[in-house]
Amino acid sequence: MTKRSIKLVAGLVLGGVSMTLLGGDITGKVTLKGTPPKEKKLPLDPFCSKANKNAGSATTRFYVTDDNGGLAEVFVSLREVKGEFTAPSEPAVLDQVGCEYTPYILAAQTGQKIVVKNSDPVLHNVHPTPRVKGNSEYNKAQLPKGKDLDFTYNKAEKFLRFKCDVHPWMFAYVSLVDHPYFDVSGTDGSYTIKNVPPGEYVIEAIHRKAHAPKYVGLSQKITVTTDGGTADFVVDLTK
Amino acid sequence: MTETPSYNPRIHWFALVTCVATLGLIGVGGVVTSTGVGMAVPDWPNTYGYNMFFFPFSQWVGGILWEHSHRLFASGVGLLTLILCLWTFGRPARGALRWVLVPLSGGGALVSWKTGRFQDAAFLGGVCLVALAVSFVWPRCRPSRPLLKIMGVVALVGVIGQGILGGLRVTLFADQIGIIHAAIAQLFFVLLCGFTLVSSRWWSRLGQQSRPEKVSRVIGWGMGVLTLMVLFQLVLGASMRHQHAGLAVTEFPLVAYGKLWPATDEASIDKLNRERVDHREFEPITKNQILLHMAHRMMALSLFLAAGIWTWVCVRKEPKGHLVGSLMIVWFSMMCVQALLGAATVWSNKAADIATLHVVLGALTLALGALSSMIALRLAQTIPAGVSTSVSSYPDLASVAERPSAGVV
Repeated sequence: MTKRSIKLVAGLVLGGVSMTLLGGDITGKVTLKGTPPKEKKLPLDPFCSKANKNAGSATTRFYVTDDNGGLAEVFVSLREVKGEFTAPSEPAVLDQVGCEYTPYILAAQTGQKIVVKNSDPVLHNVHPTPRVKGNSEYNKAQLPKGKDLDFTYNKAEKFLRFKCDVHPWMFAYVSLVDHPYFDVSGTDGSYTIKNVPPGEYVIEAIHRKAHAPKYVGLSQKITVTTDGGTADFVVDLTK
Repeated sequence: MTETPSYNPRIHWFALVTCVATLGLIGVGGVVTSTGVGMAVPDWPNTYGYNMFFFPFSQWVGGILWEHSHRLFASGVGLLTLILCLWTFGRPARGALRWVLVPLSGGGALVSWKTGRFQDAAFLGGVCLVALAVSFVWPRCRPSRPLLKIMGVVALVGVIGQGILGGLRVTLFADQIGIIHAAIAQLFFVLLCGFTLVSSRWWSRLGQQSRPEKVSRVIGWGMGVLTLMVLFQLVLGASMRHQHAGLAVTEFPLVAYGKLWPATDEASIDKLNRERVDHREFEPITKNQILLHMAHRMMALSLFLAAGIWTWVCVRKEPKGHLVGSLMIVWFSMMCVQALLGAATVWSNKAADIATLHVVLGALTLALGALSSMIALRLAQTIPAGVSTSVSSYPDLASVAERPSAGVV
């Protein structure tokens, strides 16, 4: 390797590191306006009722809000980000607890390993059903407290469904994007997208139910500086 | 030396048992689809790595209970169909048992043993031994009529094909195969019902000349056309069920906002999908699914009108209490109940028990239509003098007819 190419590589690495270090965090909150439809009770069977701490009150999780209207489980990401990004080495984790997937909405980068655990004393099958060509469908058995299952998807897809057919109320959705700038809103509706390089972006918030089935969410332009940026969203069900 | 075809009441009753088992199988299959647990057992032909007959009962939980039961039930129907098919060939079928089934199962057992699949080896070894033992004592009867033999072979091929299709639906993740699987199940049931009818003594007697029940051929063909309409309706229903999208139209008889026809524009469908809340988290509804649902309703209405008119024609044309008229009244009544069950399926948001009952009654409606058409056409046959398809056409049968229990196993 010549001195010149060593300098070039070093420059690129330093540049990359400094960009990351200089990047700001985008923060914001997603709130819900309007009254969501009433959630449905989950028809847990006797085995799952024993395993589920909230067996009597377990419901679907279409709209999870807090007292202030904060809307949880909204997938927030930057749109059309240019560049090549290596998938993180740490996996995104889905767990099966009390015959429910935890979390219900997960986000991961394309190429990142998705690990599915079974913390239940009952058998499950893990059945991802992608809709984007190039992402494969699988159906794998997982014994009670059995070995973790790994899945990796290389194509971006919004809300790739994971289901258990043994327990037909068990669902989780994984959104996959080809860059690291995304988050899922927490229980109070807040989110943080970390280390975004300064610049002009379009940020989008998508709720799985409110923006179904095409998953075209709410979007806005945002300017990110080294101090970061802010973008709030209101998912309006009254329209 | 060729053997004379023989009437065997035991085959007829055994066919009836196979029919009932098949209807049960369709019912269990209906529960599997209605509860959305068709993929609860990810592997095939094994069940969670076990040979399906060795899968521990303690693991029959949740959706596995229904899917695994469906597979075992199907194996039972497969066995019944194999016996039925072999039986129609009479004593010569022993050769097939000894020289086809025994080597196949024995060879399979050996291969399984060598590859360490001991459960498969035990199962196939058991089949081999049972087939060998049975081949020394059964069947003892003479061959059935060629038509019954053909029907038996077609049924056997059908049930094997159905098993493979069911397996491929699971392993290839193909809903389309599920639709074909469901449609063939209905045809298989009709075939077995037809076998049961044709193997009965009553069927032979029905072809006798100078019968007071003789009917116009048009009546029979009309019933045949109605039966085809029922079949088409069942295929539409199977297509709806196997898309796993739930109810595309959730109200009946009117649709959303008191309209007669649902909106299919993009905005309305998006709204519909956003507002659907169900623990089964169905796939989003599409325009085509709404149109398919409405086609099913329109077809039901057409069938109701056509069958009503044809019942009226049959009752008017034939004397009071005539067999064909009575069959048509029963068939039409069945269609009315089926229509009500269809409505109940919508009103109950596709409750699994009601939806399954709708499937089972659909199968019975198709079968009754097919049998009624066969009977009507049989009664319409003009039989030249001196020729008869009745019991007396078989030299040995005339004497058998006098002794109802004379059929030989």
